[in-house]
Amino acid sequence: MHASVRPAVSLNIPPTGSNAETREPATALTMSMCVSKVNFFYGSKQTLFDINLEIAANKVTALIGPSGCGKSTLLRTLNRMYETLRDARLEGEILLDGKSIFNQDVTSLRRRVGMVFQRPNPFPKSIFDNVAYGPRINGSKVPIADCVEKSLRRAALWDEVKDHLHKSAYELSGGQQQRLCIARALAVDPEVLLLDEPCSALDPISTAKIEELLVQLKEFCTIVTVTHNMQQAARVSDFTAFLLIGQLIEFSPTAQLFTTPKDPRTEAYITGRFG
Amino acid sequence: MSLGLGWRKFVSGFMLTMTGICAVVAVSALFLILGYLVFHGGASVNWNFFTKLPVPVGETGGGMANAIVGSGKLLLLATLIGVPIGFLGAIYLAEFSGTTTAFIVRYAADLLNGVPSIVIGIFAYSLVVLPFKHFSTLAGGCALGVMMIPITLRSTEEFLRSVPNALREGAMALGASKWKAIATVIVPCAYRGILTAILLAFARVAGETAPLLFTALGNSFWSPGWNQPTASLPVVIYNYAISPYEDWHRQAWAAGLVLLSLILVINIVARGVLARGTPLSRS
Repeated sequence: MHASVRPAVSLNIPPTGSNAETREPATALTMSMCVSKVNFFYGSKQTLFDINLEIAANKVTALIGPSGCGKSTLLRTLNRMYETLRDARLEGEILLDGKSIFNQDVTSLRRRVGMVFQRPNPFPKSIFDNVAYGPRINGSKVPIADCVEKSLRRAALWDEVKDHLHKSAYELSGGQQQRLCIARALAVDPEVLLLDEPCSALDPISTAKIEELLVQLKEFCTIVTVTHNMQQAARVSDFTAFLLIGQLIEFSPTAQLFTTPKDPRTEAYITGRFG
Repeated sequence: MSLGLGWRKFVSGFMLTMTGICAVVAVSALFLILGYLVFHGGASVNWNFFTKLPVPVGETGGGMANAIVGSGKLLLLATLIGVPIGFLGAIYLAEFSGTTTAFIVRYAADLLNGVPSIVIGIFAYSLVVLPFKHFSTLAGGCALGVMMIPITLRSTEEFLRSVPNALREGAMALGASKWKAIATVIVPCAYRGILTAILLAFARVAGETAPLLFTALGNSFWSPGWNQPTASLPVVIYNYAISPYEDWHRQAWAAGLVLLSLILVINIVARGVLARGTPLSRS
């Protein structure tokens, strides 16, 4: 990965970003993505206000906040997925490895920044063909079967499906389908993996498996996950961003945000007084 | 009091009987037609019917091989014209167009669907027959093809729209361009429905007579190539049925039986394809 090492000063954590404690861990980190001064409009309605955020490479960054706070919208700006919506408009800059994501071809950007959705959305194809989809459309040179096996292993699904790779993906359980979607996203070897509430449609056991998986996947890529479940953010993430009605209220290392929040609104939210 | 109850029971029973009778009439119409065709034409459907040319009045025997081949050619041409236009137009409507464009195109397609088939025949006559200066398979195929466009377009669009958005996003999030997502995920998801739509459109135009009367015209012999007048089953039925000859009447019945069986088989196959369920049923 060709991420540029950024000096700690550039870590924008408004409105509390000037605190010395948050800078310290950042000095050793490589930044994968950098969101600066992002405003997002949906028609005439503004849904994100001046967001500044740096996403550390090979770490899990969680976006939390109450429903409608803009966390999914923010996630969808990172791979320009918002562009599929009509009337959506973005101002500001987002960098991936120091280069603007808006100056590159959107399809190659999405190969580098993969995405897993809220509800499992496997294609109506076999398990094998689902995972092979990305490498196939991108003309991968690696033998497809090897790539499928590697991806399924990384998504901790290989042992469960290796004997029936040619069964329909719809025969899997919900949790398996979601891990299949993760394997499908991993198959194109993304640098960043975005997950939009990946566990909200799953039972607790499947959720635990996916959480465990996220921690393991840090080795291969940078992870950004949206969740409305604070315990989940606390369990899996290294950094947590708290959003409220389109504004980034606080962005800190997860342990710090959950133990010594700086903003009273963050404290109110994590202690369950609202949201 | 009891009079009121009796009256209500009578009305209820009467209406139930009436609705039941109407339902039976609706269903039996098909079977009556089929039975009538088998009764009058069944005997004339033999090997000669499918392999021989028509014979002059007065001779018995002969068949409708030229009309069967002619219908086949007309339908092939109609499918080649109507299906690609309808299918690609539906992709544009379902995946690309804005709501206003979609509304206009959809409305126009519905109007085209409602245009009387004889008018479409006149249209093909002035567009193809007049410039080429003779009746032809080409003209008849064009007329039928125009009729297939709105049917294919509207139903294909419906099936494309029924593909969940999550699958579009899933494909695009993997770096598929819009066209690639359509070709590799969306159309494969909807293909059963689209296939059914095409078969039904095919069955619909297979029995059309009016658009062929002054485009394909008719022919008592083989029609080589695409530029000659050609016989077709519906037109032969029309011509034979209004003739004064007993033998031609029998032939017309037989042709009707063959045509109806063909359309029934296509319909049943189409329903069968659809009934096996789309692969999306569990999503």
